[in-house]
Amino acid sequence: MEESKSKLKLAVYWAAACGGCCVSVLDVHEKLFDVVAAADLVFWPIALDTKYSGIEAMPNKYIDLTLFNGAVRNSENEHMAKLLRNKSKILVAYGSCAHMGGIPGLANFTSKEEILSRVYNESESVINPENVRPVPEYEVKEGILDIPQFYNDVRALSQVVDVDYIIPGCPPQTERLLEVFTAIVSGAELPQKGSVVGAGIKAQCDDCVRKKSENKKIKKFYRPWEIIDDGVTCFLEQGVLCMGPATRAGCGHRCIKGNAPCRGCYGPPPGAADPGAKMMSAIASVIDEKEPEEISRIIEDIADPAGLFYRFSLPVSLIRRKVM
Amino acid sequence: MEFEPRIIAFLCNWCSYTGADLAGTSRITYKANVRAIRLMCSGRIEPSFVLRAFAKGADGVLLCGCHPGDCHYQEGNYRCLRRYKLLQKYIRQVGIEPERLKLEWISASEGKQFADLVNSFTETIRDLGPCKIQKTMQVLT
Repeated sequence: MEESKSKLKLAVYWAAACGGCCVSVLDVHEKLFDVVAAADLVFWPIALDTKYSGIEAMPNKYIDLTLFNGAVRNSENEHMAKLLRNKSKILVAYGSCAHMGGIPGLANFTSKEEILSRVYNESESVINPENVRPVPEYEVKEGILDIPQFYNDVRALSQVVDVDYIIPGCPPQTERLLEVFTAIVSGAELPQKGSVVGAGIKAQCDDCVRKKSENKKIKKFYRPWEIIDDGVTCFLEQGVLCMGPATRAGCGHRCIKGNAPCRGCYGPPPGAADPGAKMMSAIASVIDEKEPEEISRIIEDIADPAGLFYRFSLPVSLIRRKVM
Repeated sequence: MEFEPRIIAFLCNWCSYTGADLAGTSRITYKANVRAIRLMCSGRIEPSFVLRAFAKGADGVLLCGCHPGDCHYQEGNYRCLRRYKLLQKYIRQVGIEPERLKLEWISASEGKQFADLVNSFTETIRDLGPCKIQKTMQVLT
């Protein structure tokens, strides 16, 4: 690997992720030339043929900036999280999965045993009379083959290693990444460690473009397909559950501009530790009903509150997994 | 050792805490399993308070406010009621028995009712046994 000394060394890694975060990095399009002018990409599995052994051979703190996306779901993810932490000066939790566990974190509503049993025994298309299950190590005559250990819990990056900054989003907005990157390259003063960067400091609703009234009064909740959105009025006021009140601004309202309610990928706004609790609080405020039975009937329409309110954040929430 | 439930009770300043106080000044004895937290209004009880109580090891959580129509701030107790209903649905999904969270209206004159409530709720939780949350949260890999 040939790099000039003046250039930043940049790494991007995916753990338990879908690949969307890496694609959001690729979405810098022609700006990639500016990026490579300022930085050498030393490790990026989606785009470069680099090996784990290459990282292991690097001295500690060799990489200037690592964008780590994906949750920690198995022993390989954990190994890479710890390895990249040691080799990086700045480790960024990039995207909802590294930030809060993300979609893979929804697996915390179940357990390792339930998942393996579903996949290897119960699934309609599976025939497995010998109950074959993946084993982490298997001996063949050439030696021992191994695959990563599958964990019971999905964790966010900060639950495994020390994280310097967080860039939230599913995926993060590419423009925000470029701003952060440009700031680092220009040598600007970096924010306090642990900060969420590349995002706003208010809730989505504060700068949402939809029309809102002071008093929201809701008698019925609708799934998005049950109602024709007028394209103008606040989703909550129309009775469509929108995570806006419990979500940090900064994404540019991509979903709302596409006439879909907010799903909460940017995580809770500052000061709200638990997005789901915040959302329950907000919803309780807008329901226009006082009779216990009627309230029960109204919230009957919220089919899956746990999955909806904690879609991206279950592993970092107050009750971070299903109690077994 | 016999299991002693740990119960957190959130009591509103104007009715329920005063009701609990009345139980005390009336020298009514009741189970010592409840740790009372006074708030200005049951509408101040954020869902995160309840979830944090469970996460930190409470076996049961009791929410008490003024009777419907009696809230010192007009509507706080209705807000509490709606949050309670949502919380009930949520904690059931995450595997906490809904019986561990209870909402009751206690007025300032209902010292006896408060004592009875604490006694009966303590027994409910005792029958349910310890909340498994702490144990579950320890398992990581």
